[in-house]
Amino acid sequence: MAEVEKKQDRSPVPSAFEYAAAPESREIVRLEGRYGLFVGGEWVEPRSGEYAPSAAPRDEEVLAEVAYAGPEDVDLAVGAARDAFENGWSTLAPGERAKYLFRIARILQERSREFAVLESLDGGKPIRESRDVDLPLAAAHFFYYAGWADKLEYAFPNRKPRPVGVAGQVIPWNFPLLMLSWKIAPALAAGNTVVLKPAETTPLTALLFCDVLRQAELPPGVVNIVTGDGRAGAELVKHPDVDKIAFTGSTEVGKEIMRSTAGTGKRLTLELGGKAANIIFDDAPLDQAVEGIINGIYFNQGHVCCAGSRLFVQESVFEEVVAKLKRRMATLRVGDPLDKNTDVGAINSQAQLERIKELVAAGEEEGAEIYQPPCRLPEKGWWFPPTVFTNVAQSYRIAQEEIFGPVLSVLTFRTPDEAVEKANNTPYGLSAGVWTEKGSRILSMAQRLRAGVIWANTYNRFDPTSPFGGYKESGFGREGGLHGLAPYLEFEE
Amino acid sequence: MSRLPVKKTYKLYMGGAFPRSESGRTYEVEGANVALGSRKDVRDAVRAARGAFSKWGAMTAYNRGQVLYRVAEMMEGRRAEFAELTGSDEEVDAAVDRWVWYAGWADKLAQVLGTSNPVAGPYFNFTIPEPTGVVGIVAPEEPPLAGLVSRLAPAIVGGNVSVVIASERRPLAAVTLAEVLATSDVPGGVVNVVTGRKRELAPVLASHMDVNALDLAGAEDDVEELERVAAENVKRIVRNGDGQSPWHAASFLELKTVWHPIGV
Amino acid sequence: MAQAPALPSGFELPLEPRLPRIGSIDQVAVEERAATLAKRSIKRDSKVFALDLAVRMMDLTTLEGADTPGKIAALCSKAMRPDPADLTVPPVAAVCIYPSLVPHALERLEGSGVKVASVATAFPSGQVPTELKVEEAARVAESGADEIDMVIDRGAFLSGHYAKVYDEVRRVKEVSGRAHLKVILETGELGTYDNVRRASLLAIAGGADFIKTSTGKIQPAATLPVTLVMLEAIRDVYEETGKKIGMKPAGGIRNSKQAVQYLVMLNETLGPEWLTPDLFRFGASSLLNDVLMQIRKEKTGRYQSPDYFTVD
Repeated sequence: MAEVEKKQDRSPVPSAFEYAAAPESREIVRLEGRYGLFVGGEWVEPRSGEYAPSAAPRDEEVLAEVAYAGPEDVDLAVGAARDAFENGWSTLAPGERAKYLFRIARILQERSREFAVLESLDGGKPIRESRDVDLPLAAAHFFYYAGWADKLEYAFPNRKPRPVGVAGQVIPWNFPLLMLSWKIAPALAAGNTVVLKPAETTPLTALLFCDVLRQAELPPGVVNIVTGDGRAGAELVKHPDVDKIAFTGSTEVGKEIMRSTAGTGKRLTLELGGKAANIIFDDAPLDQAVEGIINGIYFNQGHVCCAGSRLFVQESVFEEVVAKLKRRMATLRVGDPLDKNTDVGAINSQAQLERIKELVAAGEEEGAEIYQPPCRLPEKGWWFPPTVFTNVAQSYRIAQEEIFGPVLSVLTFRTPDEAVEKANNTPYGLSAGVWTEKGSRILSMAQRLRAGVIWANTYNRFDPTSPFGGYKESGFGREGGLHGLAPYLEFEE
Repeated sequence: MSRLPVKKTYKLYMGGAFPRSESGRTYEVEGANVALGSRKDVRDAVRAARGAFSKWGAMTAYNRGQVLYRVAEMMEGRRAEFAELTGSDEEVDAAVDRWVWYAGWADKLAQVLGTSNPVAGPYFNFTIPEPTGVVGIVAPEEPPLAGLVSRLAPAIVGGNVSVVIASERRPLAAVTLAEVLATSDVPGGVVNVVTGRKRELAPVLASHMDVNALDLAGAEDDVEELERVAAENVKRIVRNGDGQSPWHAASFLELKTVWHPIGV
Repeated sequence: MAQAPALPSGFELPLEPRLPRIGSIDQVAVEERAATLAKRSIKRDSKVFALDLAVRMMDLTTLEGADTPGKIAALCSKAMRPDPADLTVPPVAAVCIYPSLVPHALERLEGSGVKVASVATAFPSGQVPTELKVEEAARVAESGADEIDMVIDRGAFLSGHYAKVYDEVRRVKEVSGRAHLKVILETGELGTYDNVRRASLLAIAGGADFIKTSTGKIQPAATLPVTLVMLEAIRDVYEETGKKIGMKPAGGIRNSKQAVQYLVMLNETLGPEWLTPDLFRFGASSLLNDVLMQIRKEKTGRYQSPDYFTVD
């Protein structure tokens, strides 16, 4: 049975070389007991009067209380953003705007350990990832877009770019600070002001970010952070004085947003879900491909929209790949996100854990074969072991629906054509992976796969210069690169 | 009795260090003794630059941008000293801001200058910019800081290394900029500054077979002769331009086009 | 004397016993995996365990033209009792020396359990006719060395004469008698990780008991990514044939932190069964004192000075 045995100790991973706990200290983070909303450069109490706790996924400890914005709060924030836009920010010399963004980038670098620890505490991801991936990338996004602020004519020659105005931005819980930087950096570089709503379960790094804004001396109202749940997001989306909406989250909510902004003329970009195919050919460098598979689905506990959740293995190497994969899964360390040796952290919330369990149960019921390496899971908090299903049919729920957890489905193929057909056979189109020695095959697959990001002989690589976004129901619009500026600009031509 | 200040010596900047001219000569200018560089100093500077090229050119564009931004941080930190040397706060402001402007180009040049080319056949074809190598710069006489910044930043942002012949009549800003570079994580040899007589030094740089490009905006006499000797190894030559454009940086970049078939 | 089977240009290894396919290695991915493994934080008792193991796995090495019986005597003393001030520190696995010094080492180490490994086959270059290399190995085996560290012929390998490389390993193995055979690939000369894998499989096919990265005479010597590639080849051989081959990174491992990183890599690639001097050795000289300093630091809580550890 796949039932995760939290109470009963399975036999420990056999090892003569036990790694002692290596926890990163959390003393570097100073948390307030309670946070208000950050509007017009100040901390204000929510007019809604509502607060809710933010808990740590690893043990359900309440870290702080955060405000839940109501309609009036959202309105005030949009007003502050509009004010800041009209009175100064949009007319500020672009070179000066650039320098504010450079400051923010630098301060994030200086305080990156503090942010990394808080990110891992609040969200559940391993400190090694928040320290080595989330934080450096977040700072890099600010650096990259800082450089564009005074060069827009070169990005869009002859088009006379101008900011759109006030941007409303709603971000998810899987990469809280990184998603914040993907949204705020280009918006500000293009000359807009922003109201950003962090995810309900991961507000804390966004709130700490307000302190970075203070240190950077960013003019008040340019960035406003309103915490809350789905209701606050919906208020922001439908607010008439917001010129542009940027949303990253589930496809279901994305469709809601499209419906609610229909006919309003609001600019919209959506970065939604995915069910990416990760395709291994028989001439792939196999040990490295297995690393790519692991990285593709177990990085960030699989809470990644572009996760390689459908593994397509060429039938001729199926046995070998699955054997290597299972062996490698057994060396994954699931545990305290703040332990430097942890590979797989906690599941972000109770709700997400339930969803994962539901789909895994469906997988077993439909006839797929499950494997989970033995691992000892903590008593408290929300946890799920790395899981792989073989004997999966294309029609099974686990092969169709986005699980957003550390669960991989393995299917086989015989020829490149078959791989392409099956990979494309989904309403999603965010990303795909291709593993082969042969250059021409990489390019041919890249040409034919209907996905916005194609990783060849690698997976889950991100860079501020590299545009990211989906085809089909994975959304539209791109973030990163020169292209990431376009959604935040108006053009005369 | 008022305190006697410690006077600064102004030496060459080469390979990350501050040596005197191998000739032992100096000249008095702007109230100080400044190294009077020789042809051998230029030779050594080119060698130091070439030695640093593989490292600087191989850094990611992002890293280069970071280093260049740090240079701006250090320049800003020395505002007062630069303002005194140049006699103009505005010039210092402009110089720092221009440096920041170029720092922001490091990880964007490839996106603006490079292309993916839709050739008529089953081939993937792309063009990318790459640094040309050692860029020799004859710096403008005026303005002493902003003039140099306008020529140097675009030359190195794309990964090139350089040898600068500083303003002859107002070299102190250049040497002070060299001190900024030395404290900014810029690898030694990426920028080398030789002070002295342009008439003596420029021809050496222009005729050196291991220099790949020349910026002659600051050359005063006999530009024709310099361009003639530069022809021997087909140096890329830049003469003017206003100094704030990614296309200025592009003058020092090669373009490489790669083809690869698309097939199963 | 049997000839090596003619190897077709596709370079598929002999089928009996069946060996894993050669395949290819992605450089970026393998270097990244090695870097991620190196981030493991090994503290407290796990660190003490690793350091003790590192000492027990060490092949204390001197391979200089200037080596004399006196130098060998000092090396052997150090090998048997690395830290005279702390007798709980175990002896090392072996000393690794030139053939002419073997008798002196054997005498010195008698009864101690520390093995004598000797290089052979025209170490380090291997640029000598095959007959002479095999003869040297035979003499070394006769002289009583416990282990033989041979070099492959890189000139033959890089010019595509794989059969010659294979043949030499096989012939040296044949004359090694009871001495176990380590085959040095000199990875720093092979150019690509693909070649490292190829050479690993070739050496194992020829009869290597251990595959070893380097002679220590050129740069680069052992690195974490190269070691990972070799460990993965060993793993594939084990999966395919059940045979356990040992591995020895040599040269370039100067401090304890690196040594522990190698052990982490070994642990996570091949598993705890390989955490034994029978299957893993460090080829090093200055590493030992750094490990001793770290062991003492763990015991006393103080950072140490080299002055307190003997230089033999």
